[in-house]
Amino acid sequence: MESLNFPILSAVVYLPAIGALLMAIFVPGRRVDAIRRIALGVALADFFLSLAILPRFRMDVADFQLMERADWIPSLGIQYLMGTDGISLLLVLLTTVLGVLAILSSFSAITERVKEYMIALLILQTGMLGVFFALDIVLFYVFWEVMLIPMALLIGIWGGARRVYAAVKFFLFTLVGSLFMLIGFLVLYFSFHRATGIYTFDLIRLLDFSFPVGVQVWAFWALFLGFAIKVPLFPFHTWLPDAHVEAPTAGSVILAGVLLKMGTYGFIRFSLPMLPEASLQAIPAIAVLSIVGIIYGALVAWVQPDVKKLVAYSSVSHLGFVMLGLFTVTIQGVQGGVLQMINHGLSTGALFLLVGILYERRHTRMIEAFGGLAAQVPLFTAVFGIVTFSSIGLPGLNGFIGEFLILLGSYKARMWVFGALAASGVILGAVYMLSMFQRVMYGTLDKEENRNLPDLNVREMLTLVPIVILIFWIGIYPKPFLKMVEPSVIKVVSRLENARVNAGSTPLVLAPDEVKVALDKHGAAPDGE
Amino acid sequence: MTDAVALVPLFPLLAVLVNLFIGKRLSKKAVGILACGAVGASLGASVLAVAGLMAMEVGHRSVEVILFPWIVSGGFQVPIGFLLDPLSAVMILVVTGVGFLIHVYSTGYMHEDAGFARYFLFLNLFVFAMLLLVLGNSYLLLFIGWEGVGLCSYLLIGFWFTKDSASDAGKKAFIVNRVGDFGFILGMLLIVYHFGTLHYGQVFARAPELFHAGDLPMVLITALLFVGAMGKSAQLPLHVWLPDAMEGPTPVSALIHAATMVTAGVYMVCRSSALYELAPVILSLVAVIGCLTAFFAGTIALVQNDIKRVLAYSTVSQLGYMFLAAGVGAYVAAIFHLVTHAFFKALLFLGSGSVIHALHEEQDIRKMGGLKKYMPTTHRTFVIGSLAIAGIPPLAGFMSKDEILYEVFNAGKGTGWVLLWIGGIVTALMTAFYMFRLVYLTFYGESRMDEEVEKHVHESPPPITVPLTILAVLSAVGGFLGIPVIKKWNIMHNWLGEAFHAAAEHTTEAATHAASAVSHLTVELGLMTVSVVVAVSGILIARTIILRRPALAEKMRNDYSFLYSLFLNKWWVDELYDLTIVNPLKRFADMCWSVFDVKGIDGTVNGTAKVANVSGGVLRKLQTGFVQNYALGIVIGLALMLVLAFF
Repeated sequence: MESLNFPILSAVVYLPAIGALLMAIFVPGRRVDAIRRIALGVALADFFLSLAILPRFRMDVADFQLMERADWIPSLGIQYLMGTDGISLLLVLLTTVLGVLAILSSFSAITERVKEYMIALLILQTGMLGVFFALDIVLFYVFWEVMLIPMALLIGIWGGARRVYAAVKFFLFTLVGSLFMLIGFLVLYFSFHRATGIYTFDLIRLLDFSFPVGVQVWAFWALFLGFAIKVPLFPFHTWLPDAHVEAPTAGSVILAGVLLKMGTYGFIRFSLPMLPEASLQAIPAIAVLSIVGIIYGALVAWVQPDVKKLVAYSSVSHLGFVMLGLFTVTIQGVQGGVLQMINHGLSTGALFLLVGILYERRHTRMIEAFGGLAAQVPLFTAVFGIVTFSSIGLPGLNGFIGEFLILLGSYKARMWVFGALAASGVILGAVYMLSMFQRVMYGTLDKEENRNLPDLNVREMLTLVPIVILIFWIGIYPKPFLKMVEPSVIKVVSRLENARVNAGSTPLVLAPDEVKVALDKHGAAPDGE
Repeated sequence: MTDAVALVPLFPLLAVLVNLFIGKRLSKKAVGILACGAVGASLGASVLAVAGLMAMEVGHRSVEVILFPWIVSGGFQVPIGFLLDPLSAVMILVVTGVGFLIHVYSTGYMHEDAGFARYFLFLNLFVFAMLLLVLGNSYLLLFIGWEGVGLCSYLLIGFWFTKDSASDAGKKAFIVNRVGDFGFILGMLLIVYHFGTLHYGQVFARAPELFHAGDLPMVLITALLFVGAMGKSAQLPLHVWLPDAMEGPTPVSALIHAATMVTAGVYMVCRSSALYELAPVILSLVAVIGCLTAFFAGTIALVQNDIKRVLAYSTVSQLGYMFLAAGVGAYVAAIFHLVTHAFFKALLFLGSGSVIHALHEEQDIRKMGGLKKYMPTTHRTFVIGSLAIAGIPPLAGFMSKDEILYEVFNAGKGTGWVLLWIGGIVTALMTAFYMFRLVYLTFYGESRMDEEVEKHVHESPPPITVPLTILAVLSAVGGFLGIPVIKKWNIMHNWLGEAFHAAAEHTTEAATHAASAVSHLTVELGLMTVSVVVAVSGILIARTIILRRPALAEKMRNDYSFLYSLFLNKWWVDELYDLTIVNPLKRFADMCWSVFDVKGIDGTVNGTAKVANVSGGVLRKLQTGFVQNYALGIVIGLALMLVLAFF
């Protein structure tokens, strides 16, 4: 079968970088329009290519599929190993969609060094996509670091007034985190070798191995630092507001939409399944940090004078939800957590696009500079309103499904107090979002500068409409999205459930019939390679 | 025919979509026809579906239509599906029926407004969400509708968003409702935990199998659900948003904040009667809160000067009655009052809108008076509505309120319950008084209008007066749906009886209990007499104070100045919330940001950076430039690695 052999995952990953490379060589920097169009074309092509994975992908299979394997540095057990499951694929689709929108949104916002900017965005894209598909830990780490540099450059070169400070802060925080992460991986690498005599970074083999609990704990907390900073989990979040405020719009969209998901992705891909005993031990601590993040992020968002900072802090609150969901270790909680990763990418991405549109027109993001825009820019108001309520978690829109499943998971796991505290985020979310919406959009149009504010143009609508469609789609018919991730989620949850049983405690998070269903449906290993 | 139920919410939804995409290009007339037509078609479908339901055998009147799977996660599944049974049948008829009249009224009322299409977009969306709320076959579907109507309420309260008071009120409504929703969500989570589903049929069937009356899970679930009802139906202490909601256009107040949305909490409690019956403590709490709210809101309504605010507090008060009824297990009485209240309160709000319109947006009753001669239809219908709510027989309000008071009196749970009855009767007295204070100040006596305003006063056009007349007729005769004393002729009881089968035993038990003590009929007639005397007294007192001896009003204001300002300032509840919750929370949030985030964490991080800077300076001295030194370093490092690798 010819089509099965085509390395489609690698193609999706490298297409943006190849596009960037060709652009760097063949297109002169002064041909700004051409550069924009080519970059957009590359991103679009990549999006369609990522869609082409879907028909080859088996939704009912939990294991990794569409594998691409080659030796890389055999002496160290390093391979070129790519593969995907439902979780990775969903995040990749999010990435390629947001990639297109980010480039499209930069057409008028970026006028300096357009070529370098587009190249940075495309390379960033390759880094992020690689992270989601890589199944060799070294390969994963390489992609992880690859995306760090263009992001720091985007902030540091095309950012706002304090861009260098923000870029350095972003770089240092993430670098420190990734060093701890590397240590964690090495601990596992050597531990595996000690037990089996084999050096390998092959994630699939490592996943099948039961690490000694002592090793797990060390590795868990080392990985934790790397992932938690990226999420960002309270109290590792302070790089985020600065990075967001200074980053250009597209940078913020990608940062919030995809980069933050790297952290939560790390937890679900590595920490939870590979280190089940340590993960179970860590549940209370991580739940506490998640809850603090939900409430703290919401409260601090409430008092921000800068719209962009408000949205940044709201991310802290939303990602707290995601983390809580993952660490309920229930099907509903984890599934809700994964869906909420997508939801947050969409709604926060859209919010940053909208703030960027305002900024382009008024060169300020201060809430007090606006007021009464609703009558002036009706289209903008409608989209802003929909996205605001998506972020608040209004039923019928995407945010609700994720939040509700997470809360449901927390109750199934009998985390009564945590669930109740997290649910208070439902109130606080309405408080800060509606306060902001009111101060920006409602009231009388009393600022002279806002009187001639143009409404959304066609290009801007094109960046927003796809997100709005997805917001409704996930809200009204989330089944395909949930289905896509279900097998992998069940696999992770069952693994932790077994660990719990082995540890002698009662399997409280998964009803017995659910385990059975899980094993019946996904127990058989597929021939995905 | 019952399949028509799927069409009921469909029509308003289609109208929303059409309006959304081409509403701006349509003429006002087309928009109006589209919006009214959709709700009218929905009413038609409702009638058809309910007729189908009536044709079914008593005791089996329940139809479920499943549309498509919505959330599927592990063993937890929620499909989108509708449940048509006697209870939801009553609700859809009220929503589409009263909704249709208010849509027609709105075409007249909003005719000059620039946001005409946007208004009907939101209003249709509201009807859709409300129908989803009452037709959903599970708690989660109810919750979509629940939040959907909350959204529409937010959008329509803040419809004139350039006014700060309007957008503030919209925001407040949404946030206070979210406080209630917080409880509701936790209640749903507990239901899933114990039952594994949110489907009504399964939950209600299994509840009595799994739990005994008074078991903790039942108590918690019903208490948390009730918190949601407090928010949506504006019960103490979450009532604060409803009076402010009067910032919205008056037809919105009539539809959303009187006839339909605010009764959603009552509907939810009645729908969950099977659960509440297993939590007698919470049922009592519902009754107590309802009674307190009825009384509390009544006191405020006594002295307000804004025509819509009087009606708003009256709504809060009447909702209190409904919860009082539900709390004593008289669910049929609660729904009966919900229906009659929808008629007369919609009528009163629309009447007030007619007045406000004629007076160029004047809402202060101190600047009205003598409108009777200018606006005969509005006057007549408003008086009918007022007589109905005051409880003059045989109008609708009398029938339903009397039934509630009778059920409360007969609940037979000791002296505490007599207090509830007294609370109900005192509130009835206040109701009669404040309504006729309103009637006399608005329509009777000397005109206190500005000359300029008075010159232009006129009766409203037919789109406004026709709905008023129809609602007046319904307010007059609607009570005959629930004829007292002769149970055989009581349509409400016969129709709804099977919806509350668990509760039916409850009330029968209470009734037999009461019957053994005193003669059943004597009590019922005796209570009825008391009600009538109280209602008439209230009206007469209002007549004396307002029309005959205005000086008396002045004297009472001075003699009881504390009570007067307590009522006038709404018991300072808003101020209390600002002082104890909102402001401290905001200060805390400010502190989190400026102290903890900026100084605390960032300070530590930047401090680390400084340390790195300084140590970098020290380390720089290692860079001697001598190759030997570097070689030494490499050797030491290698040695260390070897040591580590071997041990």
